[in-house]
Amino acid sequence: MDMQTLYLLVPLAPLAGAIIAGLFGRFVGRTGAHLVAIAGVLAAFVASALIFQDVQAGNSFNGTLYTWMQAGGVDFEIGFLIDKLTVLMMLVVTFVSLMVHIYTIGYMADDPGYQRFFSYISLFTFSMLMLVMSNNFLQLFFGWEAVGLVSYLLIGFWYERPTAIHANLKAFLVNRVGDFGFLLGIGLIVAHTGSLDYQTVFDGSQALAAQDMAVTGWPLLTAICLCLFVGAMGKSAQVPLHVWLPDSMEGPTPISALIHAATMVTAGIFMVARMSPLFELSDVALSFVLVIGATTALFMGFLGIVQNDIKRVVAYSTLSQLGYMTVALGASAYSAAVFHLMTHAFFKALLFLGAGSVIIGMHHDQDIRNMGGLWKYMPVTWVTSLAGTLALVGAPGFSGFYSKDSIIEAVHASSLPGSGYALFCVLAGVFVTALYSFRMYFLVFHGKERFGQPHACDEDHGGGHHHGFAPGKKPRESSLVITLPLVLLAIPSVLMGLYTIEPLLFDGWFGKAIFVGDNHAALKEMASSFHGWWAMTLHGLTGAPFWLALSGVAAAWALYMLRPGWPAILQRRFAALDTVLENKYYFDRFNEIVFADGARLLGGELWRRGDQGLIDGIGVSGASRLVVFAARMMSFFQSGHLYQYAFTMIAGVFILLTFWIVRGW
Amino acid sequence: MTDIPFLSLAIWIPILGGLLVLATGPDRNAQMARTVALLAAIFGFAVTIPLYIRFDAASAAMQFKELAPWIAHFNINYALGIDGISLWFILLNAFITIVVVIAGWRIIQSRVAQYMAAFLIMSGLMNGIFAALDGVLFYVFFEASLIPLYLIIGVWGGPNRVHAAIKFFLFTLAGSLLMLLALLYLYNVSHSFDILAWRHTGLGMTAQSLIFFAFLVAFGVKVPMWPVHTWLPDAHVEAPTGGSVVLAAIALKLGAYGFVRFSLPIVPDAAVAWAPLIIALSLIAVIYIGFVALAQTDMKKLVAYSSISHMGFVTLGFFMRNQLGLEGALIQMISHGFVSAAMFLCIGVLYDRMHSRQIADYGGVVNTMPKFAAFFMLFAMANAGLPATSGFVGEFTVILGAVQYNFWIGLLAATTLVLGAAYTLWMYKRVVFGAVASEQVAGLADISAREFLLLALLAACVLAMGLYPFPFTEVMHASVDQLLEHVAAGKLTPRP
Repeated sequence: MDMQTLYLLVPLAPLAGAIIAGLFGRFVGRTGAHLVAIAGVLAAFVASALIFQDVQAGNSFNGTLYTWMQAGGVDFEIGFLIDKLTVLMMLVVTFVSLMVHIYTIGYMADDPGYQRFFSYISLFTFSMLMLVMSNNFLQLFFGWEAVGLVSYLLIGFWYERPTAIHANLKAFLVNRVGDFGFLLGIGLIVAHTGSLDYQTVFDGSQALAAQDMAVTGWPLLTAICLCLFVGAMGKSAQVPLHVWLPDSMEGPTPISALIHAATMVTAGIFMVARMSPLFELSDVALSFVLVIGATTALFMGFLGIVQNDIKRVVAYSTLSQLGYMTVALGASAYSAAVFHLMTHAFFKALLFLGAGSVIIGMHHDQDIRNMGGLWKYMPVTWVTSLAGTLALVGAPGFSGFYSKDSIIEAVHASSLPGSGYALFCVLAGVFVTALYSFRMYFLVFHGKERFGQPHACDEDHGGGHHHGFAPGKKPRESSLVITLPLVLLAIPSVLMGLYTIEPLLFDGWFGKAIFVGDNHAALKEMASSFHGWWAMTLHGLTGAPFWLALSGVAAAWALYMLRPGWPAILQRRFAALDTVLENKYYFDRFNEIVFADGARLLGGELWRRGDQGLIDGIGVSGASRLVVFAARMMSFFQSGHLYQYAFTMIAGVFILLTFWIVRGW
Repeated sequence: MTDIPFLSLAIWIPILGGLLVLATGPDRNAQMARTVALLAAIFGFAVTIPLYIRFDAASAAMQFKELAPWIAHFNINYALGIDGISLWFILLNAFITIVVVIAGWRIIQSRVAQYMAAFLIMSGLMNGIFAALDGVLFYVFFEASLIPLYLIIGVWGGPNRVHAAIKFFLFTLAGSLLMLLALLYLYNVSHSFDILAWRHTGLGMTAQSLIFFAFLVAFGVKVPMWPVHTWLPDAHVEAPTGGSVVLAAIALKLGAYGFVRFSLPIVPDAAVAWAPLIIALSLIAVIYIGFVALAQTDMKKLVAYSSISHMGFVTLGFFMRNQLGLEGALIQMISHGFVSAAMFLCIGVLYDRMHSRQIADYGGVVNTMPKFAAFFMLFAMANAGLPATSGFVGEFTVILGAVQYNFWIGLLAATTLVLGAAYTLWMYKRVVFGAVASEQVAGLADISAREFLLLALLAACVLAMGLYPFPFTEVMHASVDQLLEHVAAGKLTPRP
């Protein structure tokens, strides 16, 4: 098989799985559906691994598959760009997707929408692969919106739940706000380069940087980058377009792991890294990226501390970690961002799937206040979740340590406006991350067993169905299809960082796939003080992030293990702050009132006052006499006899002809 | 190029077919009327296929030309021909005719022959509009095609059909009269009704502007453009499903077609001078109507307003006068033909079962009609302009053209990404998602084989155009380029 067939196989195999499981789900049955879907993703994973070897050997590919359309002298094409950045993304996507596919067999075992679910997640894998493999902006936008569509379908998978269908509409619309900016960015690129092809655009980036926009005179490239980044803010849930991600937890847990943690939400990070030849030429855009990312990293972390739903804690942690990746982009440490993207994909998918395992064990009770002491009953889930948590807080030796410390170092080395603020945010964020992560870990796996008791938190659940345990029953470890992916994800969550940090960050493994300007040489500076992963690990034990993380863990231990009464006291003492956090800084309330209600109100007013009042009222009543006349005419017309209409028409034509004939002489 | 008069066949087969259907007489022969109608529609579509196959994409000239004197004294001719701009509309029209015949198969039980005949005759007349190269011929087809539409709304329509028909009549009457005046004036100047020759008829700026506004009123009402759009939601609400399908898929295109065939080439200087006005009206249509659609409680009204908003993209694309805009607008017209037809068919499927168009009466339809929900989802996404559906292609291209023309216009146009998704998917959520809302919804039966066929046909078109729009634009380039060059050159030197 030649390489190009292999490239095609990667997206098409999951697509075939999606089509068979989706359209012929009833014929192939449940087992048939998951076998087909898993086979598709497995094929994609194996093909990606083969392509990885080929790329590792120094090959790359940039070519067109077919010309989708030509218009206005622009070629709209579908094609692949296979380089190191692409192939890394392909491996991450197909591997996590494969794990999630296997996990789903167990998690969705009792769901009536089993085949539909497999169809959707395979379709998602296809869309995500098309997005990362694209060599042009058209296909990027295609994949961009397609993953949004599947995310919409999956958040609303349980379509009878009012909260789920509210969340999926919200997710789609907020993403559309991002896409609005993204599309304008693409529009500016096409308008000024006449091309959608990455390479052509990158080759002309210097010329773009030299231009100003018509009318306003703003620097063109900055405008392009800001527009594109608005798209990334939507997809990668950066403040203030982050509001959809916590609500997306209404979807089944496997997709929270796959879409809303490991892959889709990192599309924005990937996109900016891919566009590094453009972003590198605009310091204003980079500063903006830096500040937005830093704000997300710290302030979304705070919200994780007050959440009680296990999935929502992990969701806010995802927001915060996406903020870290964005900060890295702003500091021109694109490879560090992609590095963190990769390690995060493993440990966050692990944490979500672990949370899912806990949820099954707890009979669909998601409130961590009702858990405790689960380590005894769910040993595999416990150990793997601990590994994921340690990776998340950046414990030296674990994958997250290498990626997160590199980001902090890069921000430290950055000299862009806003980098001081960003450094503060990412450092404080380390403490916050450790606090909320271990708060959850302690509440779930250690301490007093709080399940199986009548509890006061039941009113939190709006839904009708009952969750949790009857008194006296105990949770049990999940089945092998669930624990196997946990173990397989735990391995890279621990080891991936130390194995890959050197090539990814300091040996220029990405090559030409990522461009860094000479004036943004943060990573280069770091490379000179890098002496291997072991030295970095040892050095990490003396660094500020380590102590911050440790104090976060200690605080969590003190508050939730040693003195469980303290959090309530703190909540009372800082009631105002607590209210702000409980209300998530009022973003949702604001959007609900200003945008949702505002738009409906505006639409209603325009309709009543504009269409009905002004146009129909004044316009049509001004011609009211005509109406009366016409009404009489129409009552004649309303006879329903065809010959009368035909007669009228012929008479009209006759009158017309008479007019000309008379005029003509 | 060819000896077979394909264009005449495309016009007269449906019309003669319609007369044949009429001849089947009263409703006891209804089954025969339906069968004859379906055969005529299929045959009518079949004769349009050679138009595409034998079309020379490299040429900007009129093809498949036919010419015969009609009223020689006034130089009025039966002149037909199509270029890359009109080609697709004839195919679309012939295709939609098959769709509406099948759509009315079961639901229309009274005056079946007349119903089917009205659609067939209208289809032939509308093909005439797209093929006519003579001003009088165009005008006759243009006016005559309204009669079957009046009839369809007036006879098979809802309880308020008289009000709707009057409104429709009032709005279009003024426009038609002004267009007639403009055509007569052009004849006075050129002593010819040849539409192509009018492109080269010298006209001063005042004359051009007057003609431009006459055309603007005539075509703007049909599109419809803001603020002369209020007849459309009323007409849709009262029309039977088939009527809405043709109204949205084809009738709205007549006005837009008029702009490219008349306003732009015949009065290019006025078109350039007044373009900012049209662009402003188009943007109002996109944004204002987008908000108004959000506030609708009636599904048909909502989709009607969405049509107006989508047609705003068409007029916007035309008057930016760049290739991306113009080709995008033409694609948007074709795509809107598929998507709006499908949306109205979906609403028809629901209406046939529940006899309500109120969104509030529905909820949880997916529980009882999963197949329908899947189709409806596809079309809703196409309506919201999602990639891989036809709705994306036109919208994307027009927005690219708009950014090229002026970033801020592009920005305003791109708001449709949010607005279009908001009104379409919010409706979808309230109608389809959720728990079963009522006993009526609980008793709904999923789509029949006939409905499945209809929706699958349109779904295939929507997806095919979304995945591979190349063939659609390929035939347009030459004609579009020529038109743009012509408009750019203008008739006046120096241009005011």
